[in-house]
Order: sequence, then structure tokens, then C-alpha cells
Amino acid sequence: MATTHTRSHARLMMAPSVLLLFLWMIVPLAMTIYFSFLRYNLLMPGMEEYTGFLNYQFFLTDPAFFTALGNTLLLTGGVLLITVIGGILLALLLDQPIFGQGIVRILVIAPFFVMPTVSALVWKNMFFNPVNGIFAWLFKLFGAQPLDWLAQIPLLSIIFIVAWQWLPFSTLILLTALQSLDEEQKEAAEMDGAGFLSRFIYIVLPHMARAITVVILIQTIFLLSVFAEILVTTNGGPGIQTTNLTYLVYAQALLQFDIGGASAGGIVAVILANIVAFFLMRMIGKNLEG
Amino acid sequence: MARKVSTSRKLTFTALAWIVAFLIFFPILWTFLTSFKTEAEAVASPPSFLFFDWTTENYAEVQSRSDYFKHFFNSVVISLGSTLIGLLIAIPAAWAMAFSPTKRTKDVLMWMLSTKMMPPVGAMIPIYLIFRDTGFLDTRTGLVVVLMLINLPIIVWMLYTYFKEIPGEILEAARMDGASLSQELTQVLAPMAVPGIASTVLLNIILSWNEAFWTLNLTASKAAPLTAFIASYSSPEGLFYAKLSAASTMAIAPVLIMGWFSQKQLVRGLTFGAVK
Amino acid sequence: MTLKTMLLGAVAALAISGVANAETLTIATVNNGDMIRMQKLTDDFTAKNPDIKLEWVTLEENVLRQKVTTDIATKGGQYDIMTIGTYEVPIWAKQGWLLPLDNLGADYDVDDLLPAIRSGISMDGKLYAAPFYGESSMIMYRKDLFEKAGIKMPDAPTWDFVADAAKKITDKGNEVYGICLRGKAGWGENMAFLTATSNAFGARWFDEKWNPQFDQPEWKNTLDFYVKLMNEAGPPGASSNGFNENLALFQSGKCGMWIDATVAASFVTNPKESKVADKVGFALAPDTGLGKRGNWLWAWNLAIPAGTQKAEAAEKFVAWATSKAYTELVASKEGWANVPPGTRTSLYNNPEYQKAAPFAKMTIDSINAADPTKPTVKPVPYVGVQFVAIPEFQGIGTAVGQQFSAALAGQITVDQALQSAQQLTVREMTKAGYIK
Repeated sequence: MATTHTRSHARLMMAPSVLLLFLWMIVPLAMTIYFSFLRYNLLMPGMEEYTGFLNYQFFLTDPAFFTALGNTLLLTGGVLLITVIGGILLALLLDQPIFGQGIVRILVIAPFFVMPTVSALVWKNMFFNPVNGIFAWLFKLFGAQPLDWLAQIPLLSIIFIVAWQWLPFSTLILLTALQSLDEEQKEAAEMDGAGFLSRFIYIVLPHMARAITVVILIQTIFLLSVFAEILVTTNGGPGIQTTNLTYLVYAQALLQFDIGGASAGGIVAVILANIVAFFLMRMIGKNLEG
Repeated sequence: MARKVSTSRKLTFTALAWIVAFLIFFPILWTFLTSFKTEAEAVASPPSFLFFDWTTENYAEVQSRSDYFKHFFNSVVISLGSTLIGLLIAIPAAWAMAFSPTKRTKDVLMWMLSTKMMPPVGAMIPIYLIFRDTGFLDTRTGLVVVLMLINLPIIVWMLYTYFKEIPGEILEAARMDGASLSQELTQVLAPMAVPGIASTVLLNIILSWNEAFWTLNLTASKAAPLTAFIASYSSPEGLFYAKLSAASTMAIAPVLIMGWFSQKQLVRGLTFGAVK
Repeated sequence: MTLKTMLLGAVAALAISGVANAETLTIATVNNGDMIRMQKLTDDFTAKNPDIKLEWVTLEENVLRQKVTTDIATKGGQYDIMTIGTYEVPIWAKQGWLLPLDNLGADYDVDDLLPAIRSGISMDGKLYAAPFYGESSMIMYRKDLFEKAGIKMPDAPTWDFVADAAKKITDKGNEVYGICLRGKAGWGENMAFLTATSNAFGARWFDEKWNPQFDQPEWKNTLDFYVKLMNEAGPPGASSNGFNENLALFQSGKCGMWIDATVAASFVTNPKESKVADKVGFALAPDTGLGKRGNWLWAWNLAIPAGTQKAEAAEKFVAWATSKAYTELVASKEGWANVPPGTRTSLYNNPEYQKAAPFAKMTIDSINAADPTKPTVKPVPYVGVQFVAIPEFQGIGTAVGQQFSAALAGQITVDQALQSAQQLTVREMTKAGYIK
């Protein structure tokens, strides 16, 4: 269909984006790879020397590394689970005829607009705080010992905060998908006497599959590098229970100012992220085709 | 609508939806309310919900300490600037991908997305050094460029999915009529693509407004946006909930209000090709 | 002839525009109360120096530290004046990153600076930063609660006494906790307190050959004591409490005792901010009879990065902000109790200050009692009471702090925490080349 003429046009039109992104990827990447082979601490200038794979060795044998890897997956998986399931339920609810639908939607969408730093600060101080927080007050109201969220269930608390931020996003996408389902299709199923559950499993869910895939893809990209929420609430602790890969690299770069080590960590993180990306693409490839 | 819905069922769902919506919205509401309390009232137990002495002293205090409007202006320039430039670069690319797809289009698209997966902190020092040498540190231009690059993959992808929904036959017809490329763009494509572009713009303004790593680390004072403004209230000495709430409200209000007013456009377009 | 006139004219024009174009100083500072006050009082400075404009960058401590360290190490040149701690000054001065402050003016009176504070920010007899406020640590306690429990706080208590009193005062039903101590992970948070406390228990970070000492009984004693005490008499959520959180708790009347920075004294006795302003007493940080008290030494200082183009103006500002005149300015506007403490001998000899600040004597005694060059019972290769003055300490201290914070939260045992701390410190010190 496309002629050589339009094809060269197409190349020309894609060139700026591709070129810019390529530069944006390759220049920092090259510098990072270069630094990762150096003994390079910002606080000790003039001591840079080639150290081979020493930085990689230290990063990969860091006892925190595997914990961080696990935490990254738990955090990403946990938030995906909550936002997808919660998003489906919310979408189903919002799809019902209700009074004041517009206002309800405005309220539900709101967390998506809030800066991650702000939401982490608000949750940490005004809700999770075991003395002055709202939750502590609620617990005491029911005669229970207030839960110290960020110390006792730190990772879960962070998953909770992040899920709160992303729930509107998944809800909206899933709702759009749901609304595109033909009324007739639904009615026909209803006429056949199909119950709510079977209607949901056989008609609604398959219809939403594509939307769910998109939600997972987009959110994964952002969730793999969750950072502000951890920095503000727990600083990766207690211990290393909420340290994810991004935070681990951050600790190397901006606490120890060990640029060599941080660069090695960054490269490791990129490789791991690309593995995840590879699987995602297979998945998307299947689901988004056609 | 063909289906008949019993009022009681509608009422049940209404109640349920309102409760859920209220719970989701509560943290924001609570922040807003707290910003009008005194510091002592902000930590009072039991907490007072509406019946306290409303005061605006926190806003006055925050404004006297840090120039809100300077930070606000920087945020506006940076998020609008990066979105608009990103759009200029992304539209041709997405257009080409949608209407002259090749075997590698999907790969290119996925590669673009994968550039977003590098943890920013890993590239922090290289970027900082480049910025230092090019004089981009603490400039709005520098941030516009970085945020544009960060969000470009998302922009391209969103636009690509909208453009794909535009029936190719229309373009074919236009070409048959001898329309030039620019005519094709402005007269055929643009009107059909506007809703998609609008929602892309909105989403990107939100993402840029809330970006807190680069905006914080590459600025000092002149170009510092609202994310830096918040960083000076995050844990100061003494009681700070009320002042923090006031600063938070000021930082999120603009984009929250924008989002609410334009939510129809935003929602309509926010599908990423999820709906076929 | 004409050329010369033109040149002269150009030079004159330049000179005029130089005057008209005010120089702008970018000042990076912490969002602590005293700095915010300084920011509000800058009109006084700009009135005296109309050709200098000030641009403030006020940030939370950790963010600030990252930004200024990145900037100075890469010579980014974004700031003309930086607020840095006693930990950074000697390390940065050694790298040649800071300008020595030679021109603070005739009436600056350098000899008035407290010797302990001054020695920490000098190298080879030159001042590399000017102290804005200084602090040690001490006990702040609720006189009313002690009276009710029938105990009396001595001026120089032991840790056993403190633990005992804390248990007696604790009344969890009424949200009164006997003792509030730092638990939030960070080298400047829980590790500042715990390192200083460990000194009193006879522990040390490293032996003379830089071998980490977390496997020694002294550290176990310290941490056991701390975790047990906090579990019995501390507030819930102690593992996320730093200075600011504890200040908020104490001010709202929820702590019986609080051992922390002396600078907090003016906040907890300020009736505008504190519910317990008239009920606070002070005592020296506790010991265990081994000869060292767990009180640290710290100052926030104003320093000028070596690369700045505006050294002269910057030094003018530094001199203004740390001068006696500034102290008097604050006193006249906000009262003597609110002047930045802990930097000048003359302040502590001032009868007006002594009258307005009931904590003055205990503050100066604490500062004088701290000895960064001999911080521990056993000999050590490092300087610093609550920190180890090597560049690697920020990273190591924070990682160890995470372990201790987890032990306080009950996520791991004290033994596990010490073991991990030992392992990771050995690792980092090996990587950095201290342990051969």
C-alpha cells in the first residue's frame, strides 16, 4: 500500500523522535557504562581509576541486592494486583446508573493528579502516624492498639500509597473499555438468562482483556522505578524492607556518592528492566495485535 | 436506554459509589481541611472535621517564606513547554507509524517505551555533568528538554493509538484528490485527531507537573518548580501538619482543578488503544 | 585620543551598570527554625547592602545535603553560600572546595566563637565556615511529671536513673511516654544519637586499624539497653521518629523525657509552639560511669564554595548572619530566647540571655563537655562524637542506622542487627580501602 515515496516521508517524520530518544538513551548510557568501570567517588575527586568489574561485583554481592530485587517485584506486582482488581470492581460500579455520576467520577479521579511526594507526605504524616494519624485515632476509637504502619508493615503501606495513586488511572481505562461493550450484547446475554457472574466471566472480562494489558504495561513502566514514595516515607527501611532497586541505586549515588557503584547498579537495573520489558512485549504482542 | 432500572437498585449503587468515592477522595479533602487549622488543631485528638476555627494563617506563612508564584510560574512553563515541544516532535512520528507502518513499527514503539525504564538516579550524574557544561543547570529550558524527552515515548504512543483509529480510506481519498502532505495534516487529520491530542496534552501536563526527581535535582532557585517548593515543608522543626497541608494544597490545586474541568477530554482519550 | 575617551566611557558605563545591576547571591539552607527566621530578617541585610540581592533555596536537610554535595563535588556553581554541618566542613576544606573566610570584618571578633565549635570548622588555623548555630545534646524533661512521680532529676544523671525514671513516668493510657529518642534511620538521625550514646557505654565504631567493632559487647549493651527502654517506655512508631517528630511529640506533651539537640530547648520552652513551655527542665546527657557522656557536638555553618564569582558579597552576608549584631537583631525582634545559640562566648555571658533562656547554662556546659578529638573510652583513629569524619560515613552510617531502626521496630533482633551492621561496614570499609 505504502509507496517508496511515502515510506521515505515516514522515515523523515519519525527521524526527530527516534534520533532524540536515541541520544537521550545512548549518551547517559555510555557515560554510565564508562563510570561503572571506574573507582569514582564524588567526595574524593582525582582518585578515579579503572577497576574492571569490581563495582558490579560489589553491587551484585550486596546482601541488599536480592532483597531489593524481590521488593521491586513485590511492589510492582502488589500495586498491579490492587489496581487491576480494584479498577475492575470500581469500573463495574461506576458503569451502573447512579445519581451524580459526574461528581463521583471527579472524586475517584482526583488522586491521579496529586504529586507523588505530596501524597506520600500526606499519607505518612496525617494517616499512618501511630500517634497523630487518622488511622491511629480510628484504631483507638475501636479500642485497638494503633498499628505502626510504616514500621510493622512497611512494604504493604507503600504498596497501599502507590495503589491509591494509580487506582484512578486503571479505573478510567477499564471503565472506558466497559462502556464500549455493546448494550445489545449485554442484553442478549441477560435474555439468555445468564447470571451476573457468568456474564462477567464470558462476556465482560474477555472484552476488557486488552484494556487490562494496557493498564499493566503502562503502570509497570512507572512502578519499576517508584522512588519518591519510598524516600519520603521509610527511606528504604526499616532495615532494607522497602528498598527497591531504584532506591538501592539512589543510596549508592546520593548517600555514598559512589558514582562507580551507582552506575554499575544503574546498568544492572536497566538490564533487569529490559528483561521485564521483553516479557511485557511478548504479552502485549499477543494481546494488542489486530 | 433500553434497560429499566429499579429505583431501589439505583439508590443502592448510588450509595455504594458515593461511599467508595468519598473514601478515595478523603486524603485530599483532609489535606485541604487541615490547611485551615492551627498547628495545634491539626494534631488534636479526636480530630475535628469541620468545627474548628478556620484560619488562613498557614497560607500567609507559606507565602511569606517561599514565593509561591515564582514556583507556580516555573511549573507552568516547564510542563506546558515540554508538552508542546514534545507534541511537535511526536505528531509526525506517530502519524508516520499509524499510516505507513512497517514491520518494525511495533519494535520501534516498544523500544521507545523501554527508554523509560532506566532508573533516573542511575543517569543522574551524567546528566548533571552535561547540564553543568552546557549551562543548563537551574534553567527552565533545561528542564523543558529533559521532561520532554522523558515523556516523549508516552506521547508518541498515545498519539499513535488515536491516529490508528482514523480510517485510512479518508486519507487515501484525500491523496487521490491531490492533497499535499500539509493539507493532509491540517485539513483531514487535524480535526479528527484533536480529541486525542487534547487528552495527550492533558496527561502530559499532569505527568510533567508531578515529576519530582529531575525537577528537584537539576534546579536550585531560578527554575525551581512546585516540587522544590514542597521540599522545604516536608519535615521542618516543630509541628508542621497545617503548613505542610497548605503548601500541598497550593502545589496540587492548579493541576487538580485543570484536571477536573477537562476530565471529559482526558477520560475520553485516556485509553492508550485499550478500546477497539 | 577619541579611542581612549570611548574606552573610558565604556568602562564608566560598565561600572555604572555594575552598580545598578545588583549582585544576586543564591543561598542554600536547611528548613530549620533559626534559618527560617534568618530568611525573614534579610531586609536588614539588603537595606545595608542595596547592591546585593538574596535568593533563598530552603530545603529539608537530606535533600539539601544531596544537592549541595552534588553541586560542590561537580563544581556545578549553583550556590554562592551553602549551609553545611560540622561533618562536611573539614572534609570539604581538605579538598579545597571551600573559601577560607579571611575578610569577615574588623568587628567580627573571631576569638569570641566557642573554642569547641571553632576548632571543628578550622583547618591550619583558618576558618572555612562560619557557625550559624551550634548544639550539643542534653536531656529535656517534664518537671511536672517528675514531681508527680516523686523523683528528682540530678544535673548529671546516669543511664540507669534515666531508664528507671522513664518507666515510672510512662502512662500509655494517657499517651504519656517516659522517654522519646530518635529511631528514624539516618547517619544524622538515629545514628547521631546512638553513636553518641554508645560512647557513654564504652563502645566505638572502629579500632585503631579501622576494624568495625559492632561484634563487641559494648555495642550489644548499648543497643540492648536502647531497644528495651524504648519498648517499655517509648512512644509507638519510635522507629520512624527523628528530631522533628520527637519535637512535635514533646511539644504536644506526650514525652516525659527527650534526649536530643540543645537547640530544641528554645522550641520546647516557647509558649507559642509548646503546650508544656513552662514545665521543662534540663540536665546533662546521661553516662554509665565510664567517663564519657553521650553528648554530641554539631553546628550548622555558612560556607562559600571555592568556585563562586561573588566571593566578596557572599562573605559580607556570612559575616552579617553570624555576627553579634545579628544576634542583637533577633533579640530585638523576637526576644533573647530565640537567638541562634551555641556559637559565641559573649552570648552566654550576657545577663539578658541568661535571664530569658533557662537552658543557657546547660547548653554551654554540654557543648564544653563534648570532645570530638577524644570521643570514646577506648582509642579510635577518627574524629567526631556522633559521626566518624570520613567521606564514606554518610553511606555506612545510614545503612547501619537502617539495621538499628529495624531492631527497634522489632523486625529483627538486636543480634541480627549488629551482625548485619558489622558485615556491611566491613564490606564498605574494604571497598573503600581502609581495611587492607
